[in-house]
Amino acid sequence: MIRRPGLVALLAALLTVVLLAPPSARAQDAAPLIQRMATETFNDIAGAVAALATSGSPRAAPVIEALRDNRLVYRQADRAVFIREASGSFVSALTGEPVTDAGTTRPVRLNNAVRRAIDAAMGALTLMNPDPARRAAAAEAVFKSRDASALPALEQAIGQERDARIRILMEEARAAVVVASPEANEADRITAIGVIQRRGDQDALRMLGSLPATAPPRVREAAESASVAIRRTLAVWEAVQNVWYGLSLGSVLLLAAIGLAITFGVMGVINMAHGEMVMIGAYTTFVVQQVLRTMAPGLMDVSLFIALPMAFLVAGAIGIAIERLIIRHLYGRPLETLLATWGVSLVLQQAVRSWFGPTNREVTTPSWMSGSFEVGHLAITANRLAIIIFAAMVFAALLLFLKRTPFGLQTRAVTQNRRMAGAMGIRTNWVDAFTFGLGSGIAGLAGVALSQIDNVSPNLGQGYIIDSFMVVVFGGVGNLWGTLVGAMTLGIANKLLEPYAGAVLGKILLLVFIILFIQKRPRGLFALKGRAVE
Amino acid sequence: MMLTRFLLEKIDRTGWIFLVLLALAAVMVPVLNLAVPPGSPFHVSNTAVSLWGKYMTYALLALAVDLVWGYCGILSLGHGAFFALGGYAMGMYLMRQIGPRGVYSHPILPDFMVFLNWKELPLTWWGFSSFPYALFMVALVPGLLAFVFGWFAFRSRVTGVYLSIITQALTYALMLAFFRNDMGFGGNNGLTDFKDILGFNIQSQTTRAVLFSLSVVALMIGYLLARAIVTSKAGKILIAVRDAEARTRFLGYRVEHFKLFVWTVSAVMAGIAGALYVPQVGIINPSEFSPANSIETIVWVAVGGRGTLVGAALGAGIVNFAKSWFTGAFPQGWLFALGGLFIVVTLFLPKGILGTFTDWWKRRGETREPPAGKAVGQPAE
Amino acid sequence: MLNLKTKVLGMFAGAAMAAGALAAPAQAQETIKVGILHSLSGTMAISETTLKDVMLMLIEEQNKRGGVLGKKLEAVVVDPASNWPLFAEKARELIAQQKVAVTFGCWTSVSRKSVLPVFEELNSILFYPVQYEGEESSPNIFYTGAAPNQQAIPAIDYLLAEGVKRFVLEGTDYVYPRTTNRILEAYLLSKGVKAEDISVNYTPFGHADWQTRVAAIKRFGSTGVKTAVVSTVNGDANVPFYKELGNQGIKATDIPVVAFSVGEEELAGIDTRPLVGHLAAWNYFQSVDTPANRDFIARWRAFKKNERAVTNDPMEAHVIGFAMWVKAVEAAGTTDATAVRRAMIGIAVPNLTGGISTMMPNHHITKPVLIGEIQANGQIQTVWQTPGTVVAQEWSPHLEGSRDLIADHRAPMNCGNFNVRTGRCGGAQR
Repeated sequence: MIRRPGLVALLAALLTVVLLAPPSARAQDAAPLIQRMATETFNDIAGAVAALATSGSPRAAPVIEALRDNRLVYRQADRAVFIREASGSFVSALTGEPVTDAGTTRPVRLNNAVRRAIDAAMGALTLMNPDPARRAAAAEAVFKSRDASALPALEQAIGQERDARIRILMEEARAAVVVASPEANEADRITAIGVIQRRGDQDALRMLGSLPATAPPRVREAAESASVAIRRTLAVWEAVQNVWYGLSLGSVLLLAAIGLAITFGVMGVINMAHGEMVMIGAYTTFVVQQVLRTMAPGLMDVSLFIALPMAFLVAGAIGIAIERLIIRHLYGRPLETLLATWGVSLVLQQAVRSWFGPTNREVTTPSWMSGSFEVGHLAITANRLAIIIFAAMVFAALLLFLKRTPFGLQTRAVTQNRRMAGAMGIRTNWVDAFTFGLGSGIAGLAGVALSQIDNVSPNLGQGYIIDSFMVVVFGGVGNLWGTLVGAMTLGIANKLLEPYAGAVLGKILLLVFIILFIQKRPRGLFALKGRAVE
Repeated sequence: MMLTRFLLEKIDRTGWIFLVLLALAAVMVPVLNLAVPPGSPFHVSNTAVSLWGKYMTYALLALAVDLVWGYCGILSLGHGAFFALGGYAMGMYLMRQIGPRGVYSHPILPDFMVFLNWKELPLTWWGFSSFPYALFMVALVPGLLAFVFGWFAFRSRVTGVYLSIITQALTYALMLAFFRNDMGFGGNNGLTDFKDILGFNIQSQTTRAVLFSLSVVALMIGYLLARAIVTSKAGKILIAVRDAEARTRFLGYRVEHFKLFVWTVSAVMAGIAGALYVPQVGIINPSEFSPANSIETIVWVAVGGRGTLVGAALGAGIVNFAKSWFTGAFPQGWLFALGGLFIVVTLFLPKGILGTFTDWWKRRGETREPPAGKAVGQPAE
Repeated sequence: MLNLKTKVLGMFAGAAMAAGALAAPAQAQETIKVGILHSLSGTMAISETTLKDVMLMLIEEQNKRGGVLGKKLEAVVVDPASNWPLFAEKARELIAQQKVAVTFGCWTSVSRKSVLPVFEELNSILFYPVQYEGEESSPNIFYTGAAPNQQAIPAIDYLLAEGVKRFVLEGTDYVYPRTTNRILEAYLLSKGVKAEDISVNYTPFGHADWQTRVAAIKRFGSTGVKTAVVSTVNGDANVPFYKELGNQGIKATDIPVVAFSVGEEELAGIDTRPLVGHLAAWNYFQSVDTPANRDFIARWRAFKKNERAVTNDPMEAHVIGFAMWVKAVEAAGTTDATAVRRAMIGIAVPNLTGGISTMMPNHHITKPVLIGEIQANGQIQTVWQTPGTVVAQEWSPHLEGSRDLIADHRAPMNCGNFNVRTGRCGGAQR
């Protein structure tokens, strides 16, 4: 980053003015601004926020922060403005001193315009905050607001910043201000465009695109070519992004289908109630969070880890109950299990509907699962990443379980040849019950994961059951690897098709593809070999 | 002459009762509805006529499913698709009949095309103003789709669960396609607000009664046809395919030809059922393609008795009657009752209501007199 | 042989008799029956069950006040199970067998289209409480939800005033979004928005994986021109849509999303903290601070025995519709459908947002339009509202086919689709 001496001088001058102004005078200026916030007119509030932020008053930060958190109130009688403290007591917004009786107050209301003003103001005000995350956010806010008045503070912050990442963000913010500022000279603006081009993301594109038509032609040209370059790189990243989305969708499909693959493969049972097991897992998450909210609010962030074993147990237990009570009596009539489990699915859906009500239930996303971060220009959302990792772990655990434990061995034996396994002394009916329980339990685990991205409603399971069948059949019944490959193929294919064909047509194409594929390989991708097939 | 011989030889006792009852219904219901005054205890209400008319078309659909599932072992989770396609063909005819009486008074285009700004009638809609053409399409579209689908699937020897799931994929894909407004079939709203059929007001009670009778007659013909197929030599081979497909093939039969034949016939039957269904309920929309509907059809057959034909029709009637009743009587908990019914029937009446009943009857009869006639084999599976 | 025959006959007779029982005519006339035709199972139960409850509450309250015309009201609840043909069947059952005087019901347009011929044929009354695409005015249906000009167009005006110049019209692929988006597109073009600044996209029902779409919106919004999303995404798909918006960090201050189908009920299932500032356009918000609304919320919570029960716009529509029906019946002195239909027009009742809603001759009601922002607590706070109430344009002036149509169900016109250009009553048969 090359600094032009002219610009530095200008900034230094600005800085001096701001720093040398007498503090008392500034506090005086703030009073009418704060008073202006006691209104219902959003534009006035937004204007007051912007003016307050640049006033340099020490009251600016606490007042604006209070406004952001919905803690700024005014007395209806005389429009005196107060800040409500966390304790519930009030302090005067003008002085910060406690007030004994605030009277009937109304909150100062926010809308997007006010929020934008606050973001911009907080940007300038928190650039020096000791918390690095807030400094980064502040730099981003300035990048978006391109508020020239933040420049002095920005310069000062860049000088002091030790964290290289935040420093870069701040420099980008400064570049944004410079590019947008009509006063800066052409060369500076073009240099700044270079900085923004290096940033190269969609915010950068937005920044460059918003350059007013009045900017000098050379600046506009530079911005244009920078935009083109950014778009070119982003296009490549977009393809990567689509594959990533595909992986994420694939892992959701994998989670939903893998339990089905087990029951399907081992027992030849078409379990139409599988989707409802997923739903029960999601509702278990809801219940766990409800209990934690009242009993131990501190554990909310780990609520999912508590919900996982619970969901597994609840769904697994229901699965075993279904097997013992119904499916056990239907062996040798696999297609009829379809009907009975269809009945079970209706009953379970209605049971949940009458128990929890028909509306969506709120499942909170733990803080570590919200938000996103970027790898290159690949935006990775935390919850999707968590689900991919979780799906991989479930898959690996299941694989280990089936390959390395005695029970797994028995399960595989029954899958391959039920009668022979029985003859060798394996209690096939126990294997069946536990396999069904295991499959259902895994569906419950899937429910915990899906509660993070989808509706928690009685219809949750219905949305996944057909896709799950497609995955299992495509991959080949009774083969976990087949399910994995099937889920990932369908997920990625779906996401690669979607941008071109649209969501609906993409899905139709995929279904047609599956139909045709089954003609070619009537037993799926990984066909099970052996006598069990017929 | 041949027909009488066929009727005398091939129709069993249950079948005769079924046919006689249907014939009675076809005549009596319209009479009791139209000629008997509403106050009389013998009056059949208008609502009952359209309701039972709907059940009759469902019964025909169930018959079609039983033909392939009960006698050929093809568990189709996609028969709703053929039903809906037949329905759409009829619906398109009815839409064209509205003509300029739509809300926008457009001489040709149906209302939904007008407000979605279509400029001209898409190719798929051509010809549907003619009733014979529509009838032809009612049979052709489901039949052709079934033929092509079956030709590939049976030749590739896709069987069992795989076949079931791809039939499900078929109907699911069609549902998604018909939901798309760009397809020009009215999207989610489907086709509705019909005015008349062949010049008769579709809302008049006489038209309703006639449609009811037609549905009953269609069901009777469907039954006779199905019966003719299953009692023929080809029918025996179908049962052989159901019970041991590989062995039948080893015996030198071209299994796929038999399957394809019965599959296509069944699809056409389902299409005709759909065509009769639409004017009676007054709407056809893509949710008819939903996989859940097809599964429900399977449930009707199972409840009534798989592989008995009459049972399938009976099951369709009983389940739908239960559904109509439950949704009115226990709106909050009817799914418990319906779901419970499916579980109970599969657990305790593995041969369905009719199968269990005839078994019981036979056992009772055996103690008193030698068995009369041989029953068609029950599915072994 | 004979035995078997009687058995089978018995079975049929039994079924037929049961069908008759189902058809049991209303016995003594001391009650007035009110039909409630809302899905209690299936995909729409999520939205419609609350409406059934609100109707039960209103009927109970009316009975405490002594009923109507000196008779008690009796609610007849049926479950059409989100199944459109079943809607028609149940409507017929309610009218022909249960002899209800009026029906409150339906949510989706297709369910309304499915029952419309039944209500017209049997001459009964339906109150339809949900915002919809317009392009309809049946003599037998009273539309208490918003037409597009009572919801969508003011929302666009608000966005335009906020300086938005680029629009993504994101909808579920069915008739309401399709029609609304066509109207909005025409409207935006007429307001000088460039065609390339409008992106229209449709997703299927229950669309759960929004990653690609949200990324595409982000991309569309990255030109530097202020961009907003106008969402007509349907119920079920909203939760994953909003969750994805939150996850990909699309803030309302960057790209606001204004939704027409997202109310307090839908938000109750989402953590709304990342969504603060996204917009919704309705004719009622739970947060509206009027005595009438405070009272309604208190009654509703007492009825539901749930201190946190939420209220929403279609519920208010039923409140208004029910009050109007009661008033009309009392004015007509009878529950006879024709008389009540005639009495309905011009009936004015207070709505819950502090104004008066009137039933217009087009069978739609006047409504205020509120634009609100989603708050962290799941409520929607009004940020803008029309000064008075707005009259519905059931036939949109922005669509070619419907431009010349008007509806007036008063004599002498008696027409739901009168063509002012040809001077004839469109395709109506009567």
